[in-house]
Amino acid sequence: MKISPTLLISLLGLLLLMVTFLSLFIGTTPIPAQEILSALGGMADKNIEIIVLELRLPRVLIGLLAGASLGLSGAALQGLLRNPLADPGIIGVSSSAGLGAVISIYFGMSSLFPLSIQIMSMLGALGATLILSMISSRDSSVLTLILAGIGISSLATAAISLTMNFAHSPMSLQDMVMWLLGSLENRTMTDVMLAGPFIFLGWFIMRGIGQGLDASSLGSDTAQSLGINIKHLRMKVIIGSAISVGATVSVCGAIGFVGLVVPHIIRSLVGHAPSRILVPSALLGAILLSLADLITRIPIGHGQLRLGVVTAFIGSPLFLYIIYKTRGAMR
Amino acid sequence: MMIKAHNINVSIKGHVILDNASLSIPKGKMTGLIGPNGAGKSTLLRSIMGFVDITSGIIKLDDIELSNLSIKDRAKKISYAAQGAPVHWPLDVNHIIALGRIPHLDPWQKISDLDREIIRDAMIKTDTLHLADRLTTSLSGGEKACVMLARAMVSQADYLCADEPIASLDPYHQLQVMNILQNLAKEGHGVLIILHDLGLAKRYCDELVLMHQGKICATGTPNDVLTEENLDKTYHIKISRWHENGDHFIAPWKTSGHPDHKRPDHKI
Repeated sequence: MKISPTLLISLLGLLLLMVTFLSLFIGTTPIPAQEILSALGGMADKNIEIIVLELRLPRVLIGLLAGASLGLSGAALQGLLRNPLADPGIIGVSSSAGLGAVISIYFGMSSLFPLSIQIMSMLGALGATLILSMISSRDSSVLTLILAGIGISSLATAAISLTMNFAHSPMSLQDMVMWLLGSLENRTMTDVMLAGPFIFLGWFIMRGIGQGLDASSLGSDTAQSLGINIKHLRMKVIIGSAISVGATVSVCGAIGFVGLVVPHIIRSLVGHAPSRILVPSALLGAILLSLADLITRIPIGHGQLRLGVVTAFIGSPLFLYIIYKTRGAMR
Repeated sequence: MMIKAHNINVSIKGHVILDNASLSIPKGKMTGLIGPNGAGKSTLLRSIMGFVDITSGIIKLDDIELSNLSIKDRAKKISYAAQGAPVHWPLDVNHIIALGRIPHLDPWQKISDLDREIIRDAMIKTDTLHLADRLTTSLSGGEKACVMLARAMVSQADYLCADEPIASLDPYHQLQVMNILQNLAKEGHGVLIILHDLGLAKRYCDELVLMHQGKICATGTPNDVLTEENLDKTYHIKISRWHENGDHFIAPWKTSGHPDHKRPDHKI
């Protein structure tokens, strides 16, 4: 079944609105739908306004921005690397951002300065991007880029393990693990203001890449022969996704599988042209992450489900199913 | 009206790949680039395309130095058919051919009716209309080669550089591709083609350029270039010649001596 990209974008847009409202609606304090709308318009009871605007809205906004960043970056990176297995994790940005956060927990920076986790993880993402762009500007092979990403990622993961290895107390170790599992809990407007600008900057850098990505499906040489500046395209995708994903990881922890799975779902609906899957992937990423966050609100056992665990459990079986279904088409 | 590459030198990691190589691609003619494996044919073609940084030398289109043109302007002048015609996603043929219009489009611009007409015209010339809705992954090697030629043609560049477009095709599609390229040359385009089939090189090319160890060994008409001496010296082969109905044919017949020790492949 193939549908037109415009129709898909409208359908996803509608779904996004519904999920957004549902996320605002569901919570420990029952609030009627009308009250939520009037709170958004600033015309509700003070207490309800605090719950909706200061407790629920930041969480919803971060979920939408983060999901969209992961979906968009996954689609852009898969297009650039011409590899359906690429995602923000593969270029090492996610784990480097995670490393920054774990280091900040290790040194107890957050007790001195509350936003240190966020800032450190953005620095981690930035570091990974710099190393990656240094390596990839010397060599133009896509394989080099993927291998460099895997190298950076392994190094960051090793450093995370090292830091956890020497954690001062079980408490700090638990903080690290919890943070790495990802969550949207207890986010405030400060988090939105901190990550939002970087997320938007990343999206802005990636604007207009569709044509170049389409041309790249014929190989870098042919793309260049069609007038595409491959180096610029590569920089746009890598830096754009690193900034937006780095900012994402900095406020909600490492969240896997959204960037990997979302483009595959979109491809099964509109075909493989990289330009056609960018915007729908951003929308579906936002929808899926918000839905996953809704699931984490279900009380199970004596702990709380972490977001990264939910996305992995939704994402990986879905991924296997799509691979099974499309195994003939990808060659 | 021609592209002229003059004294091109390319060294990669200390290995000399091109050694003062010069070549012209005149408009309205089909120029064949031949030579044994590792002679530097692909590197010379890729230098002309601007994919390889040349160590020294100059490449001009009439009076314009190509390195002064933007990537986009260059794309409007010279189109390219890559060796093996890679396609990394299962895209449909229509979409692939439309990619050839990118040099004339802005990043957000959709193709117009005029673009569609140009695309249709190229599909007629390459006999690919019936493939329009097929996925590239379902095409045979010969069909894919024709689709890639159509894709290169729709950019309406004056020059086309094709890197071994008939390698691994069956005889029917080899002839079909050569006919398409010959028609392009007859329409006034300048065509550069890398070939290994000496018989087809002789039949279809107006000019031949023979390379060996990074140098140009001979340039001229097929009869001037494809001499026993040249082929023995470069390919280390003896050829067989015969005449039939006024036509003159050649075919590689047996090896003579040992081929030169090849330098390591530079495209790692």
